[in-house]
Amino acid sequence: MSTGNAFLVLSSFLACAVEMVEALTIVLAAGLARGWRSSLAGLGAATLVLAVAVAVLGPALTVIPIQALRLVVGALLLVFGLQWLRKAILRASGYKALHDEDEIFARELAEARGAARVERAGVDWYGFTLSFKGVLLEGLEVVFIVLTFGSAQGSIPLAAAGAAIALVLVTGVGVAVRAPLARVPENSLKFAVGVMLTTFGIFWSVEGAGADWPGSDAAILGVLGWVILSSFVLVRLLRRERRAIPRAAEVRA
Amino acid sequence: MKWLRSFGHFWWNFVVGDDWLVAALVLLAIGATAALAAADIAAWWLLPAAVPLVLWLSLRRAIRSA
Repeated sequence: MSTGNAFLVLSSFLACAVEMVEALTIVLAAGLARGWRSSLAGLGAATLVLAVAVAVLGPALTVIPIQALRLVVGALLLVFGLQWLRKAILRASGYKALHDEDEIFARELAEARGAARVERAGVDWYGFTLSFKGVLLEGLEVVFIVLTFGSAQGSIPLAAAGAAIALVLVTGVGVAVRAPLARVPENSLKFAVGVMLTTFGIFWSVEGAGADWPGSDAAILGVLGWVILSSFVLVRLLRRERRAIPRAAEVRA
Repeated sequence: MKWLRSFGHFWWNFVVGDDWLVAALVLLAIGATAALAAADIAAWWLLPAAVPLVLWLSLRRAIRSA
C-alpha cells in the first residue's frame, strides 16, 4: 500500500471513529430515554439517507478531471481541516473546554426524558428525530471526508473501508458496553483528524493549482511533519499565554 | 425561500465554520500558488508557509472575541 493510500485509510478511520462515538452518545440517550424502537428507527433512516448520498455523489465525483477535483477537494479539505485543527488547538491550550461524552450524554438524557411524548407511525417522534438528526449530522462529516479523500486519491472504496472498520468497531464496543465511550481519547483523535485533513488539503490544493511537489507523493510526509510541528508550536505559545492570564475567558466557537 | 436560506446557512456553517477569514485567506493563498505556478515559478512552499499564519490569525481572533 502506498503512503497516500495508507494515510487515506487511516484518516477515514479516525474521522469516522470520532464522529461515530458522538453519534453513539446521542443514539444511546434517545434509546434509554425514549425507547429503543424510535432510536433505532432514527438511526436506520439516517443511515439510509447517508448511503443514498454516497451512492449518488460517489460516482458523480469520479467523472471530474483529477486536477480540477484536487483543486476543489484540496481547498474544501483545507478549510474544513483548519476548522478541526483550530478547535483542537484551542482545546489543547485550555482556551476551550474539552469534549466530554459523559457530560453530553447526561445532558441529552435529561432533555430527552423531559420532552413530551408524541407518537407518529408507531414510534416516539422525539426519540426518532433526536437519533435521526444526530446520526445524520455526524454522518455527513464522514461522508464528506470519505468522498473528498477517496475521489482525490482515486479510491473511494479504500476510504469507505477505513470508515467501515471504524463503524464496526465503535458499534461493536457501543453494543457491548451500552454506555457512552468516554474513555476514547476523543480530543486527541480530533487533533489527529485535523492534522490529516489539513495535510491532504495542502497537498492537493498545491497539485490542483498546477505546482509540483519536490519528491512527488513522498512530500506528504514532509507536509504532515510541518503541520504537526506548527500545531504543537501554536499550542505551546497559547498555553504559555493562557498561564499568564489566570482568568482568561473560554472560547465558545 | 426560508428553506433555501436555511439550506445555504447549513452548508456555510458546515464547510466554512466559525471563522470566514480562514476560508478567504486559504482561497487567496491557493490563488497566489496558481499564479506563481502559471508563471513557471516554484510555488509548492507558499501554502505550507501560509497555513500556520492563517491558523495563528484565526486563533487570535477567537481568543480576542471570547
